[in-house]
Amino acid sequence: MNATPAPTFTSSKAMILTLGLVATLCGILIVSAYQGTLAAVTANKRIALERAVFKVIPGATGMKEFIATTGGIVPAAGTLPRGGVKVYAAYDQSGTLKGIAAEAAATGYADVVRVLYAYDPARQIITGIGVIAMRETPGIGDKILTDAAFLKNFVALDVSLTPDMKALANAVKTVKHGTKQHPWEIDAISGATVTSKAVGKGINDSARRLLPLLAPKLEKLKGA
Amino acid sequence: MAIPGQKELTYLEEFMEGIWKQNPVFVMVLGMCPTLAVSVSAVNSLSMGLATAFVLVCSTLLVSLIRKLVPKEVRIATYIVIIATFVTVVDYLIQAISLALYEALGAFIQLIVVNCIILGRAEAHASKNPPFRTVVNALGMGIGFSIGLFALGSVREILGAGKLFGIPLFGPDFQPWVVMVLPPGGFFVLGAWLLLFNWLSSRKGGLERVEPVEGHVHG
Repeated sequence: MNATPAPTFTSSKAMILTLGLVATLCGILIVSAYQGTLAAVTANKRIALERAVFKVIPGATGMKEFIATTGGIVPAAGTLPRGGVKVYAAYDQSGTLKGIAAEAAATGYADVVRVLYAYDPARQIITGIGVIAMRETPGIGDKILTDAAFLKNFVALDVSLTPDMKALANAVKTVKHGTKQHPWEIDAISGATVTSKAVGKGINDSARRLLPLLAPKLEKLKGA
Repeated sequence: MAIPGQKELTYLEEFMEGIWKQNPVFVMVLGMCPTLAVSVSAVNSLSMGLATAFVLVCSTLLVSLIRKLVPKEVRIATYIVIIATFVTVVDYLIQAISLALYEALGAFIQLIVVNCIILGRAEAHASKNPPFRTVVNALGMGIGFSIGLFALGSVREILGAGKLFGIPLFGPDFQPWVVMVLPPGGFFVLGAWLLLFNWLSSRKGGLERVEPVEGHVHG
């Protein structure tokens, strides 16, 4: 009778040691890659944001980030405080406030649609939008970027506040294509209603939170 | 490592494995998630292919270097940690190169971790071969995967958007064939390429019967 060879066992120590060594090596690699690319990634994010802001606020050449909170408007630094909303104030070369941009986001057809809108505080209207990120269907949902009739909604979209400056006088609303009657309504793109509605909902949610915090303290931005 | 009784491949043959004989897209039909999802344009396809090739080469090289140290009981855990590390590195690199590209590729960069071509190569090749041979094989596979993705991406961009690398090809009167940049278009174009590739392979093989591709499609 042949004796079967005894099975060989790897010691637990060897297994833990190998995994520990590999994990340490990988940790060093990841941290090095993070540190090595941090400056370039931060610069890229800054440039992308500036481009988006300057696109919705023509004539602007510089911008500053602020956070609107119930306690007032403070320069953005570190993490966003609870209840705070980030705003981007854009200035021209002489340092005059050209407009204010803020981000709006709502779930569209495929994913969250994130847009940047420009707010004109003097006239209390939205004067333009630009898309930051979306994964909507090419040729359908992405018409929010290119459809001239849809973009016309944002030439002067009414977001005026009530006299006590505590809420929007009229909620921004996306209506069925061809039924827009009021300046606070958005005429949806026929065939891309879900994406159009996401833009309207995102702007309404953002404006409803931001403008009551922003409007009474506008002077702070003008002098910044 | 040559299988006993089987001739060891030359380095050129090793390199060509991934490009032709064992092409990950056209022959092995592996890594279909990124292949179908990001191949909507030539730039996206090439970037995804190169990112995957980078992870493939780096992780298989490291797996090969430590192959004699790793106990077989923990080898899969080790490979996955190594692959995930290089995916994180490539993730940061793409963010540093272009945020627009990073947005376009989306979650599929992170999903390279579970691309079965890479774990497959680590397990089937790198863990049994010396570093140089491993790198040659991984480079061939990575380039083969990039070619596969580019073949899909360019056709889908030309038909679905009338452009190539973002440059309009047919003038303003061209009506884009939108379905081609939607998910069904990915399957149509992949099917057409598989048909062409198999036909070419069967012609090249002369009267020899070409073995049909395994019927499993892996993410």
